[in-house]
Amino acid sequence: MAQLKTFSAGGVHRPDKKLTRKKAIQDLLPPVQVTIPIRQHIGKAGTLLVERGADVLVGTPIAAADGFISAAVHSSVSGTVKKIDAIVDAQGFRRTAVVIAVSGDTWEEHIDTSNALIEDIPPDRSVILSKISAAGIVGAGGATFPTAVKFSIPEGRSVDTLIINGVECEPYLTADHRLMLEHADELIVGTRLLMHAAGVGRAIIGIEVNKEDAIALLEERIREKTRDGKIPEGFISVVPLKERYPQGGEKQLIEATTGREVPSGRLPLDVHCIVSNVSTAFAVYQGVQKNRPFVDRIVTVTGEQLVASGGGANLRVRFGTPLREVIEAAGGVPESTGKIIMGGPMTGRAVTSLEVPVTKGSGGVILIDKNLARRSAVGPCIRCSSCVGVCPMGLEPYLLEKLVQRGRFEDAEREGILDCIECGSCSYVCPSNRAILDWIRLGKVKVGELRRERMRGTR
Amino acid sequence: MSTAQLVVSLPPHERSSITVPRIMWSVALALLPTTIAGVIFYGIRPLIVTAVAVIAAVVVEHGIARYMFKREQTTITDGSAVVTAMLLAFNVPASLPLWQIALGSAFAIAVGKMAFGGIGNNPFNPALVGRAFLLLSFPVQMTTWPVPGAGRLSMDLSAVTGPTPLGIIKDVGPGGLENIALPSYFDLFIGNIGGCIGEASALAVIIGGLFLVWRGFVPLSVPVSYFAGLAVVTGAAWFVDPGTYMDPLYHILAGGAMLAGWFMVTDMTSSPMALRGRIIFAAAAGIITAVIRLFGGFPEGATYSILIMNALVPVIDRHVKPRRFGKGRKGLVV
Repeated sequence: MAQLKTFSAGGVHRPDKKLTRKKAIQDLLPPVQVTIPIRQHIGKAGTLLVERGADVLVGTPIAAADGFISAAVHSSVSGTVKKIDAIVDAQGFRRTAVVIAVSGDTWEEHIDTSNALIEDIPPDRSVILSKISAAGIVGAGGATFPTAVKFSIPEGRSVDTLIINGVECEPYLTADHRLMLEHADELIVGTRLLMHAAGVGRAIIGIEVNKEDAIALLEERIREKTRDGKIPEGFISVVPLKERYPQGGEKQLIEATTGREVPSGRLPLDVHCIVSNVSTAFAVYQGVQKNRPFVDRIVTVTGEQLVASGGGANLRVRFGTPLREVIEAAGGVPESTGKIIMGGPMTGRAVTSLEVPVTKGSGGVILIDKNLARRSAVGPCIRCSSCVGVCPMGLEPYLLEKLVQRGRFEDAEREGILDCIECGSCSYVCPSNRAILDWIRLGKVKVGELRRERMRGTR
Repeated sequence: MSTAQLVVSLPPHERSSITVPRIMWSVALALLPTTIAGVIFYGIRPLIVTAVAVIAAVVVEHGIARYMFKREQTTITDGSAVVTAMLLAFNVPASLPLWQIALGSAFAIAVGKMAFGGIGNNPFNPALVGRAFLLLSFPVQMTTWPVPGAGRLSMDLSAVTGPTPLGIIKDVGPGGLENIALPSYFDLFIGNIGGCIGEASALAVIIGGLFLVWRGFVPLSVPVSYFAGLAVVTGAAWFVDPGTYMDPLYHILAGGAMLAGWFMVTDMTSSPMALRGRIIFAAAAGIITAVIRLFGGFPEGATYSILIMNALVPVIDRHVKPRRFGKGRKGLVV
């Protein structure tokens, strides 16, 4: 095989621990009650559309997008609204949520719940965009940026490449991998829909080589569709990537697949690219072709102990399902569990409770053993320069850490602290267990405040 | 399991298995071939010298941390004091009186390392601080070199001594190289020459160095840059006047260059942070080593060249930055 593509600066290679890669997607039936936060995305919370006592079906809107960067939220179950409450979400924030008592599983009539593949795409791109918006689709890779907003390319800007992110570089997670294997056709249609929406003639699906079967399958399906004349030659291509974290980072993936470098402080649009996750592309297929709103997603439930005792699964979970139910279905919480992470081990959040609901951005639940749950004692920096070597943004994490500790936020800003993508590679490699990223994140908040003050002219 | 027991912390939730003790003990392991070579060529005494150095370093570090800094935990188990002591021991003649090596080792730890706050805070390589101290304090004992094979099991190696390969070529004068006998390149390489314990065998040092490269603790470009810096200057002199100056290969294999290139300029704490900075640091140290050897007052220049460059690390860190993604500019250092 020729030299595999990857990004140029920094990065770490580590055991991928994809323990659930062979586990086929299973449907998790709706629980007796769901708790659906009305803000599951970056941007403004939606406007509540239902009241206590209202009857809802699967797909009934319960919150409408409010303002430009916002997204609709739909009921993921059929039943009755029991209450509107403030709950703590996976990020640890208090959020308004709709609590629905489930009865049966009845879907809104206009939704096509069959498995029939619909390949003819709407000719009008505004139809695609409005359907994506109506379905409440947001970036399912974890960033949760409203997809319809991202694909509304501003006047005067041009995009030539759509990149579909099938990297799944976080250890443990296999949800995107299973999706690519089990929904390859839908994914390709979703990709075509997004291409049409963005007006581009080229799409790249980036996948790391630890998912060889997914690479082979997608390549084969793309070849078939090209041969059958459904898509033009070279329209969609699969790019196998070397295993390296954080390749799924937007800027890293763009560089790995196209060689283009997004300038500091700018967007993919500045290098004529637009990036979407495979789970997002699948949700787009469902939203546009089947009128099916974004009400569920695939979640990897994993952990060393869980899988060792015969558990672990890739589950299709309705949004609002409490973690407790999801873990129960995958084998239950092992006695030795000391920490539960929502998301991947490098960027995910440790949850405070098993009542936290699954939302649009949650691709994984990882159960960590007690003996690995706590951080080790922090030692002095020995200037080994590992953090500098692994930073994919070419920053000097040790320096940013020191500057933030000393309150030198303007210097930290000059040293590029806002470029940090919070991949956690620096903290991961630090032989002294220093909390480098914790300090950098604090510094980013402080520098953000400085900038806002400056804009208001108070400094 | 109740959720009251759940640990909540910020990401990342996993850490690499590389820790400071693992790095330091790997370096100690990498110095093992050189220890063995020392025993092969100079007998049992190098082992005694090394042991005394290690004991002195560990005792002094523990004492200062525990009783002066009042620290609950000391860092003697992390292996860093052991590495400093081994490197110092390899930089003295096997015949050095034991009380002198003990004093040198104590000085290296107390002044070179603990005075700045301990591991991670020393601007200078502590082993070289110790060596510079010994060289100034005991110039005779530090420059009396036992000859290989002179009394394998003897504790007294001072009976048969000889010059080092660099000592031989130091004062030959213009065109004088033709009239003197030099050790062969093969003897230089495997270690059949007079000199410090660790200067003896280039081969043993290279084995240890490559082990560290393989483990990922040393970027190969750093030692290579040091040797390149050394070779460029000594090569230029040799090209101009081969009758007076030896060729670069001789300079790389002789004296402390091997140990310096693989174990001294690669010291993490006392070198720059950006890879480009470390390369500049190493190359400059190589150039200064050559300048001292060719034109300075000492036959060997590895120690002082690295100490000089140690002092310039903050300047290098300020001006030599990694290439920023999506940008390129200079920044500052703290």
